[in-house]
Amino acid sequence: MATYEKILLKNMEQPGYTGSLADYEKAGGYRALRTVLKDMKPDQVIEVVKKSGLRGRGGAGFPTGVKWGFIPKDHPGPKYLCCNADESEPGTFKDRQLMERDPHQMLEGMAITCFAIGAQTAYIYIRGEFRLGAKILEKALQEANAAGYLGENVLGSGLTINIFVHLGAGAYICGEETALLESLEGKRGMPRFKPPFPATHGLYQNPTVVNNVETMANIPHIINRGGEWFASIGSPPKSCGTRVFCLSGHVKRPGNYETPMGITFRELIYELGGGMRSDKPLKAFIPGGASAPFLTPEHLDVKMDFESVALAGSMLGSGGVTVMEEGTNMVWAALRLMEFFYHESCGKCTPCREGTSWLVQTLQRIWNKRGRPEDIGVLDELCGNIPGRTVCAFGDAAVSPIVSTLRHWRGEYEALILEAQETMPRSKEIPVFTH
Amino acid sequence: MAIGPELLTSTNECFMLFERFKNEVDDILSRYPVKRSALLPLLNLAQREEGFVSESAMKEIAKILDLTPAQVFETVTFYTMFNLKPIGKFHLQVCKSLMCALVGSDDVVMWIQKKLGIAQGQTTADNIFTLSVVECLGSCGTGPMMQVNDDYYEQLSEEKVGRVLDDLKRDGTCSLKTGPFMYPQPLAK
Ligand SMILES: Cc1cc2nc3c(=O)[nH]c(=O)nc-3n(C[C@H](O)[C@H](O)[C@H](O)COP(=O)(O)O)c2cc1C
Ligand code: SF4
Ligand code: FES
Repeated sequence: MATYEKILLKNMEQPGYTGSLADYEKAGGYRALRTVLKDMKPDQVIEVVKKSGLRGRGGAGFPTGVKWGFIPKDHPGPKYLCCNADESEPGTFKDRQLMERDPHQMLEGMAITCFAIGAQTAYIYIRGEFRLGAKILEKALQEANAAGYLGENVLGSGLTINIFVHLGAGAYICGEETALLESLEGKRGMPRFKPPFPATHGLYQNPTVVNNVETMANIPHIINRGGEWFASIGSPPKSCGTRVFCLSGHVKRPGNYETPMGITFRELIYELGGGMRSDKPLKAFIPGGASAPFLTPEHLDVKMDFESVALAGSMLGSGGVTVMEEGTNMVWAALRLMEFFYHESCGKCTPCREGTSWLVQTLQRIWNKRGRPEDIGVLDELCGNIPGRTVCAFGDAAVSPIVSTLRHWRGEYEALILEAQETMPRSKEIPVFTH
Repeated sequence: MAIGPELLTSTNECFMLFERFKNEVDDILSRYPVKRSALLPLLNLAQREEGFVSESAMKEIAKILDLTPAQVFETVTFYTMFNLKPIGKFHLQVCKSLMCALVGSDDVVMWIQKKLGIAQGQTTADNIFTLSVVECLGSCGTGPMMQVNDDYYEQLSEEKVGRVLDDLKRDGTCSLKTGPFMYPQPLAK
């Protein structure tokens, strides 16, 4: 089996590493922050990150340096950094490990980012369920403040960088960056219409960068080892660096695996993950979190980088790979994900709010063998009318389980409907929807 | 929902909760340039202390943040983690999203129901356990799993669920909870 140099998980995999400040410093921690404050200008930091080719690890894959470059330099008021630690895309559990096992790595990345964009205040928006992660971060913040890496006059530079932990309270949509900002402002977490983008009108209408935990964790390494080094890892020029892939479902060894981008799904699932957990062959997999369309065994040799997965008709998204074995019913799988999207729609846009509810009802009907022949047409039509007609990308994501399972396994829908027609006379009454 | 117009009109308020936590409240307020941002943290504090977010807590928060009670209430109802009525001492929240469902989360719900004799959304007669079935909790590689109050319990089996419930009931705590998360553990070299 090929072995790869780890970047983000390297420290935490050392025996005895606790993630304390002392351990992090011993591993070379906060050297990048020193370098930046002593020898670099904010623009130079942004240039290095641009050169590294780092793209956001939260799902959308936007180039990080470019995003930072959008922050207006002449803004008279405060600027903000928000670290997106909402991690609620089903299938994704990497940020949790990065925060709980090596919190200073992301804090150092955040401090450097604050310097680069000229922010004095940063918030870590962490999902409300991650109490342990929040506690660990609070403790790490105390350590970093006491040691002078954060707070007033950081390392004698005269700069102030304050970072605070902000706990959410259970709402997937608060991972969407503008919903996150609304939530951080103490409101219902409903996405804002874009433009204007957070880079100019973010938190309290001030310029704001929102970056994922894993994105932040990469920054110290890029500073220490250079943009060129980072850009040589993975599948350059578009997919540089490693990803912490989250493997779940019917595999022998699920969990977090950090590899360079560009390995194949086959390698992740069969080598790192040890293959299928029983003798049943693989039937389907989701390559990038619940929002990513399902793929089939034919796609196992697709490379795990942004472009290749997009070409295969899906997306690398949050890096969550979920494996399903033969025998898993795809209508059932789509229904489970659809129930999630129905539950999590924030309700702002009619197509998403009403559409997800209608889709769940239709799927439940089919799965409970009360489907009608016209139901597949209903699904097709609904799925065609939500994407592109909503305020945020949730609408596009929400239909992907159905669109992709209908594309690859339409026969399973038809079989259930056929069975319904055969086993019971056409009933006028439609089952009451309870959720 | 048990909250009626009196939330908006009642005058016999007794503001108690936050006086007891004045330092913590001040610390929270000091983190934000705009007061309203402290809303979720204060609601979290209220729930931590009372087990749910009460009407009086909401009114008190409104007062602290210069909001109307309605503004507080509209925000509370958006977020699934806030309980608007008291629940059991231990809130069992089993994830049922796809990744956990693939590895048996429906069984976990069944085991708990069988052992405690309660259905989803119900609380045991002794007020110790409340069972909820929830969406993804960010622990999909180590499912099936549940959250109990602040703690995660992962890779559940019927036996493990039984032990967790027994320990919690008897000792108020259980050693099977997950610590700082790393999975898989690195192989010993
Ligand atoms: C519905 C929805 C949910 C999202 N959830 C998350 C999330 O949980 N964590 C995250 O980092 N990004 C999430 N994002 C992406 C963010 O909007 C944003 O693009 C990201 O935080 C930017 O950081 P990055 O450039 O470092 O990836 C979500 C986006 C959408 C549309
Ligand atoms: S697409 Fe859905 S989640 Fe996004 S803003 Fe509209 S209703 Fe809310
Ligand atoms: S699917 Fe259960 S924790 Fe993510």
